[in-house]
This record gives sequence, structure tokens and C-alpha cells, in this order.
Amino acid sequence: MSLRSTLPNITLFEDPPARDLFDRVGNTPLLRLRHVTRDLPPTVEVYAKAEWYNPGGSVKDRPASAILRRALLEGELGDGHILLDSTSGNMGIAYATLGAALGIQVHLTVPANASRPRLTILRALGAQLTLTDPLEGSDGARRVARALATEHPHRYYYADQYSNEANWKAHYHTTGPEILAQTGGRVTHFVAGLGTTGTLVGSGRFLKEHIPGLRLVAVQPDAPLHGLEGLKHIPTSDVPSIFDPGLPDETIPVSTEQAYAMAVRLAREEGLLVGTSAAAAAVVALQVAARLEAGVVVTLFPDSAMKYLDEPLWREL
Amino acid sequence: MSVIRVPTPLRPYTEGQKEIQINGGTVGEALKDLANRYPSLKPHLFDETGSLRPYVNLFLNDEDVRELQGESTPLKAEDRLMIVPSIAGGQ
Repeated sequence: MSLRSTLPNITLFEDPPARDLFDRVGNTPLLRLRHVTRDLPPTVEVYAKAEWYNPGGSVKDRPASAILRRALLEGELGDGHILLDSTSGNMGIAYATLGAALGIQVHLTVPANASRPRLTILRALGAQLTLTDPLEGSDGARRVARALATEHPHRYYYADQYSNEANWKAHYHTTGPEILAQTGGRVTHFVAGLGTTGTLVGSGRFLKEHIPGLRLVAVQPDAPLHGLEGLKHIPTSDVPSIFDPGLPDETIPVSTEQAYAMAVRLAREEGLLVGTSAAAAAVVALQVAARLEAGVVVTLFPDSAMKYLDEPLWREL
Repeated sequence: MSVIRVPTPLRPYTEGQKEIQINGGTVGEALKDLANRYPSLKPHLFDETGSLRPYVNLFLNDEDVRELQGESTPLKAEDRLMIVPSIAGGQ
């Protein structure tokens, strides 16, 4: 295969000029994986939504933007209320970025073991932080946020991304339609990791409604203790109330080691330096693709690796 | 004896215990003692070759063991060792 034939068609200046940060949320590129797929027949295509192109650097700009808009429309924010939620990083960065642009104060409960760069970004954007017990993880941070919200109902708008309907609806109204349009309606499989489950539930619902026979595949860590930041091992976690367990056609477990190896391959073979949750999604997308004679497999890469470069996976290469 | 603190996701393998008194002169010995007492915990901490899995984060009195001497880091009786989960779910 010549290099030229592996290059996508590039069109410059096709985007309208941005008016504000909110206009830049979503409409992320759909990138074809061309090299890690070399063993697949040409009739099987694998694509990934490159979510680090969002202004806050991750997929979380979509739900954060939808949650903020809904709360403002319904008058729950904007009257001096502080947006409160629990987060380990990306959702916090999204809230803090968009909140700063809107002049809304943001208060986050964050497990104390969140990496230093993450905490630095959150503080730089002006977020107030309450650090929570690292042993209790993200479920512990959520309990602390809930307690703060109960204690000060007039001070906070408690967004609770795990139960906020605007979370999955953001994906129903943006991610799903984008995938449908960007594949020209050809998508046959959608693969997404489970965290709050918003991506899988929202995009999955939309795509199932519009593509007959679409297969929806969920990705989760293979064990309760894992290194796949942002993903949840559902059997041992608090299950988000927005999750619809009947929606995915199957759930495929991924080990941290598989995802780490894939993260390095994506960096070196595709030029995609992505986070481990993206790498886990790629592991499963390629497994699903390997079973097919023909198909269009789409997955979603939540963020790049830039915030994780101080972690052992990258430091010890 | 030192104390090891167990994160929520691993408590099903330690009969629900959050803090466990542990024997061992180093971090590595303490972990082996823990794994011997709770065999179903072992695959969550160590791989097939017996090496500590790279994403098992250990903190000794609030310091990352990787920044100390890794598994060879000496343990004193009053030390508290923590197994810290990665940040999981709903970034």
C-alpha cells in the first residue's frame, strides 16, 4: 500500500468560524484506523471519534455542556448557584472550562489520588476542590458531593452526572447523529466504554433507532482493581441510574495490560496518543472487527494521553 | 505489624475488611503475606509471573512507593500501607 493511498482526503477551512466555546463542543473528527487494522479484509472498516478535539480536551464537554444548558434553562443555575459534582478529571475540566466561560462557579469533589496535572488544570480554571478518600474511588467522591448538596441545598446546583438525563441525551443528540452522518449511515457496530455509561446509552439508543440491526458493544475492565481510568467495573461499582443494562448486545471485558499495549500501538502505528480508556475501546473494536467479513465498526476515544504522561505506562517506555 | 488499607473494590476478597494487620519487613513481603492470607486477592495484585501489576498503586504513609524503593521499601511496625485504585468511572 502506498503512503498516499493511506492518507485521508483533507479539506481545509471547511468549518465555520467559532463564536464561542460552546460552538466548538462536538462535531469531532471520525478517524479511520488504518494500520492496527492491517490484518482485516478491506471490507471491514474501523473508525474512532477523536474526542480530544473538544475545547476541554475530552468527550466530557458534551454532557457538561448539555447539563449546564439544561440547568440554566430550568433556572437551577445562574442565580449565584454553584455547580457541584463529583469527578476524577475530565468531567471536572469540562465543567470548569465551560463554567468559567459562563461565569458560573464550579465546586468538585475529587478522589485525592487524582494526578497532580489534573488537579493543577482544575485549580487553574478556578474550580473549588474537595479532595476525598482515595480508597473509596469515584463512588466515594460521589457520596461526598451528595452529602454537600443535602447540607447546602440553596448554595449548590448538584449536577450528578451519573443520574442526570442530560448526560446520555447529549450523546443522543450529538454523538449518535454525528456517527450516522460521518459514516453515511453505514455504521454496523458501535463500541463504547462504560463510565457514567452516558456515551453508550445515548449514542447507542440513537444509532439503534436509526440503523436496523446495529450491534452495540460495551467495554468494561476485566477486574475490580484496574488501570483503565474513566471506566467502571460495573459488577463491583455503584451502577449509574442512567444505565440501561438491556441496551448493549454484549459486554466485553478488557485487561489493563491489553489496553496499555494497545495505547502504545495506537501512538506508534497510528500517531494517536490516547488515554487508556480509548485504548481499551480500541482493543474491543478490533476484536469485534476481527469476527466480521464486512462491516463498519465505530468506537469513541474519550481523550488523549496528554494528562497521563506522568503515569508508569508512559514514563517507563 | 504494619497496617494495610484495602480499597473498596478489593474488599470482597478480604472478607470485607478495610484495614488488615500485616507481617513483613518490606512492602513486597507484606503484599505476599496479604496474598497468602487471602488467595483470591492474589490475581488482582500480581500477574502470572508473580510481578506486581503496574497499575497497583501503593502508598506508604502518603508517599508513592514507586518514588521510594518499590517493593523493597522497608516497612516499620507503625507504617500504614495503602492500595489505591485508579480513578474509575465517570471521569
